[in-house]
Amino acid sequence: MVSALSNIHEYLWLILAFPLAGVVLNGIIALVAERPLLLPADGHGHDDHGGHGDAHGGHHETPAYRKLVAFIAPGMIFAAFVVAVLSVLQLTRMPAEARTVVQTLFPWIQAGGLSVSVALQLDPLSSVMILVVTGVGFLIHVYSVGYMSHEPAFARFFFYLNLFMFSMLTLVLGSSYLLMFVGWEGVGLCSYLLIGFWYEKDSASTAGKKAFVVNRVGDFGFLLAMFLVFWNFGTLNYTDVMAKIPSLQHSGILTTGLATAITLLMFVGATGKSAQIPLYVWLPDAMEGPTPVSALIHAATMVTAGVYMVARSNALFMLAPFTMGTVAVIGAATAIFAASMGICQKDIKRVLAYSTVSQLGYMFLACGVGAFGAGIFHLMTHAFFKALLFLGSGSVIHAMSGEQDMMKMGSLRKHTPITFWTMFIGTLAIAGIPGLAGFFSKDEILWRAFSSDHGSPFLWAVAAVAAGTTAFYMFRLIFLTFFGASRMDKEVEKHVHESPFSMTIPLMVLAALSICGGWLGIPAALGGSNYFEKWLEPIFEGGHKAAEAATEAIGHGAMAHHDPMEFILMGASVAVALFGIAIAYYLYMVRPEKPAKIAEGNPNLYRLVYNKYFVDELYEWLIIRRIVDWSIWLWQMFDVQFIDAIVNGVAKTVRSAGDETRKIQTGVVGNYAFSILLGAVFIVGYLIWR
Amino acid sequence: MTASPNLMSNILTILIFLPLAGAFVLFFLPKENGRAIKHFTLLVTLVEFVLSVPVLLNFDGATAAMQFTQKVPWIPQFGIGYNVGVDGISLWLLMLTTFIMPIAILSTYAAVEKHVKEFMIFMLLLEVGMVGVFLAIDLFLFYIFWELVLIPMYFLIGVWGGERRIYAAVKFFIYTFVGSVLMLVAILALYFYNYKVTGVYTTELSALYNLNIPVKMQFWMFLAFGLAFAFKVPMFPFHTWLPDAHVEAPTAGSVILAAVLLKMGTYGFLRLAMPLFPVATFDLMPFVTGLAVIGIIYGALVAMVQKDIKKLVAYSSVSHLGFVMLGLFALNLQGIEGGILQMINHGISTGALFLGVGIIYERSHTRQISDFGGIAKIVPLFTLTFMLVTFSSIGLPGLNGFVGEFLIMLGAFKTSPIAVVFAASGVIFAAVYMLWMCQRVLFGKLTNAHKLHLTDMNFREIAYMAPLVLFIFWIGVYPDPFLRKMDATVNAYVQQIHAKHQSALAASPAGETLLARYFDVRK
Amino acid sequence: MMGPSAYLILSGILFAIGAIGVVARKNALIILMSVELMLNGVNVAFVAVGSYMGDPTGGIFAFMVMTVAAAEAAVGLSILIAIYRLKETIDITELSVLKW
Repeated sequence: MVSALSNIHEYLWLILAFPLAGVVLNGIIALVAERPLLLPADGHGHDDHGGHGDAHGGHHETPAYRKLVAFIAPGMIFAAFVVAVLSVLQLTRMPAEARTVVQTLFPWIQAGGLSVSVALQLDPLSSVMILVVTGVGFLIHVYSVGYMSHEPAFARFFFYLNLFMFSMLTLVLGSSYLLMFVGWEGVGLCSYLLIGFWYEKDSASTAGKKAFVVNRVGDFGFLLAMFLVFWNFGTLNYTDVMAKIPSLQHSGILTTGLATAITLLMFVGATGKSAQIPLYVWLPDAMEGPTPVSALIHAATMVTAGVYMVARSNALFMLAPFTMGTVAVIGAATAIFAASMGICQKDIKRVLAYSTVSQLGYMFLACGVGAFGAGIFHLMTHAFFKALLFLGSGSVIHAMSGEQDMMKMGSLRKHTPITFWTMFIGTLAIAGIPGLAGFFSKDEILWRAFSSDHGSPFLWAVAAVAAGTTAFYMFRLIFLTFFGASRMDKEVEKHVHESPFSMTIPLMVLAALSICGGWLGIPAALGGSNYFEKWLEPIFEGGHKAAEAATEAIGHGAMAHHDPMEFILMGASVAVALFGIAIAYYLYMVRPEKPAKIAEGNPNLYRLVYNKYFVDELYEWLIIRRIVDWSIWLWQMFDVQFIDAIVNGVAKTVRSAGDETRKIQTGVVGNYAFSILLGAVFIVGYLIWR
Repeated sequence: MTASPNLMSNILTILIFLPLAGAFVLFFLPKENGRAIKHFTLLVTLVEFVLSVPVLLNFDGATAAMQFTQKVPWIPQFGIGYNVGVDGISLWLLMLTTFIMPIAILSTYAAVEKHVKEFMIFMLLLEVGMVGVFLAIDLFLFYIFWELVLIPMYFLIGVWGGERRIYAAVKFFIYTFVGSVLMLVAILALYFYNYKVTGVYTTELSALYNLNIPVKMQFWMFLAFGLAFAFKVPMFPFHTWLPDAHVEAPTAGSVILAAVLLKMGTYGFLRLAMPLFPVATFDLMPFVTGLAVIGIIYGALVAMVQKDIKKLVAYSSVSHLGFVMLGLFALNLQGIEGGILQMINHGISTGALFLGVGIIYERSHTRQISDFGGIAKIVPLFTLTFMLVTFSSIGLPGLNGFVGEFLIMLGAFKTSPIAVVFAASGVIFAAVYMLWMCQRVLFGKLTNAHKLHLTDMNFREIAYMAPLVLFIFWIGVYPDPFLRKMDATVNAYVQQIHAKHQSALAASPAGETLLARYFDVRK
Repeated sequence: MMGPSAYLILSGILFAIGAIGVVARKNALIILMSVELMLNGVNVAFVAVGSYMGDPTGGIFAFMVMTVAAAEAAVGLSILIAIYRLKETIDITELSVLKW
């Protein structure tokens, strides 16, 4: 290990190898030890764990294989985390401009000019990602050991979860777009498997499929973007692509149009993976999965892949002002649209799901206004507090024996103090209360949305309103769940209990991170040094340079800080957040009967928002039904009634022709003799008369 | 492997005729002992596979030339010879054939009960034809093997098939035979044209490749050859025999049909239609590409609404083979290598899908999607395997399907980006129809458990699925060895076809329209 | 010396009578006899043309035809007997099992 420590970057592959080892080991355990136990005794068992795995008890001695799994799965992720930390520490010791380490493992696809190796790239951007992924991932693994302790398919769960970690790390560590795509689809697969983990529930397997298919729609764009990149750049490696941008710009190949096409297609991919308009519909449904999955995949890591991709390609995005505008507008629109949908939801996880969509919108807004660093910063802080909130909600659901409807909760504060306090911290963080992680990252985005070259006051206003809405619905969640009178079923109330340590400790760690995580990026205006942004600078300066080259350097306004304005806006956003909290307090604490009255007063509006603006129904009717109908038509009409009709028609013609002509065969010898004679006469006649 | 030089110089002939010898021996075995007959056939196919391995190991990936060639005059009066050889294009198809045969035989152990002896004889004859098609480098010999394949398959469907087997078998036969006859006419025309130009009667491919056929003649010959192969592939709109044949064929027949027989069509394009008639190939490329893309989307859409699992997989083959055609007609290195790799991938994945369908059909005697539901609970191992194969078929990175599809689309994007935009949407639909089917069959509530009599995969089934799964991962994670073996051949191939096209273009008037070139239609 | 035309006309008449008999009659025995008549009509032509040309081939062919005709009559008659035993008729309109 001494030599390993001397150059840990040679062991970068271990970050992938550990989760992969976990996949293999847990897979074997699931197959060999667990599978026989899950087979129904009579060969066709009935649904014995409908609903959620944590919803039923049954105390037996924990089998040895479960202990092994409970050790291997988090252990492997922890090992990866350690390697990641060591690698990043070594990276910090290197000079800023040399902080790109590429480790090539083996050639993957090579054909003609295409040469893609399995290679890992550690640079400031991927270093942030691997730390978040392995760190938060480890905590969620630990939490899952407790949360899933009643689940029969324990090993299978961790098999999927480790597979997800492997894919996600491939996504962020891969050194080329193709490898990113591998991880991209890999996490999609794991998302599919984990959402549909309780596959006996139709809603779960449907949601899994929906997630995969919607993601595929996005992947379609990503694929095409890759083809464009390859045939114009001749490579798919990040470093080569970035290095070639200036020369291709110079030679006129890389026009604004091409950059716009590439980046728009990439952004289609990002909207799928990161649940942006119009492809966000899968994420709320994805809450059918176990809660740790929602925390890990659908809040902290996978859904941020789109942001990572945009940030990774920042140099290309900066060349395409139209795409930048699109990204910013889609981001802002998603932020407010999803936030508004979060207001009326009753399911605690669905509120968080819409909140995630909304927060992802913020990250894209940041990218769209050229503040990639701020986007990644928010990605990180969001990973902390949203994972915390999801795990907290999981703890609530655990305490409530599987109940997810907030209307049947209330007053949980007394029963589950740790969960309450940690979730409260998370809520403060997401609401943007000064001092906590969310404040710094969100404020950075708001400020840049206002001040950057690509930004505008309008974008700022939209984002600020969304921030207020966020504060409102998050505190609504807190008040409904933890405060007020109990609305629990009596039976449930008897069993309410705080979660075990394996679940509360990750909550506490994440709460600490939700407080301190933002301190890495305190802006200069508040006397900080914004270390985070400086760390990422080598990644993003290329993009700014390229954009300047394209636009002949309009100016340097992007980086100029107007200090007084920044303070005013900061104050405004905090005020908006406090206003949201105040309304939530008024509606759900002071006058708890009021929300129902408002809903009754505006039945149509309420129905519209409660049913998520009927977007799912619209898609179902407009796209899915049309395609299915059309396919049935193609099959029944075109295939069967047209092509096959021609084929069978030809056959029928031949057959009926034969039917007619065979009548010549009368069976009477005289007729045959006559035709022979006739033939002879004709031939002789021809010979004579020709 | 230290094979004796004598063995290696005759290896291809041995590969072609070993199954024939096996069939001959089977002829004299008593037909009562079905078990022994199955064991013997399995042994023959296994020996065949083992013998094909040295071909792979000793194959020189650095040269584009035909290797292990053997040349014996057969009907010297007509210049017809027994010419066999293998290059980077046919190598993997040969390997696929010898690899998939023992698997197919193993899958019949429980499924085929009646006329076992005849079944096995037909299977071995089928292998003779398939190996022969891929190894023949003489036009006449190719045609003989091409037709030889037809007959055993006709009987496999017609005798051991399902309810509408006669209809399916006749449809299969007539469809393909119409194509074959067209091809025969074109072969004769080519043969006599060659005599007219060179004064030598020959059917040797290497000689015919060097001809400079007038463009008008190329057009009609390409159509004749192309139609024969398009029937076999099958390309839209000549695909309707495939769902019927697949649905009615016994599992082993479906596996062979999907894994190897369809590849004969795409291989035919690659080996004959494209290099013999390069100008027509280039001129008709948009047309073929268009049909390929329509096939991709059409196959996927129609697959989506099928009620019978086998039919769904059959239509998915139409879609996948569309990808192969798209790749081949990209006419560049990536596209063609991707196309060849995708032939192998489709053979493995779709073969495995049919095997999977066969496994549950043997137990439940139904293939209707609606009869199943929630069976993951009682057959977890089967579910795992089937999902894996499904994802390979969908083209998930890390599994084999992705590498092929990616190379195909990458290559085709260079020549026809619009086509790729549409083809890529086929990737979305693939996910829809496969996952929807899986959801309805495997997941949800277990409804019909009593009726289905399902038990999980037994040792024999694991044994024949395992090698397929191995290759699904291998090609997905480390396709390098597969691609390197074909590099030299495909490289030379692409260069040659482009050069011939260029020289033909140089000879024709500038700005000549296709109508003018082929139909003398001038403004 | 007159040419062979008279013999040829005779031959044609014989042949035509035979042919009409073959086509028109229903009794297989009569048909068989008509076939003989046709053969003999051809024989007349062979011999006549042969002697006119001074070529013995015509005669040789006539003998050839006669032997074949004899064999044919023997085989044909035995078939007829066999058919009669089986079907109790030699009316060809009733012997139409080969009808489509």
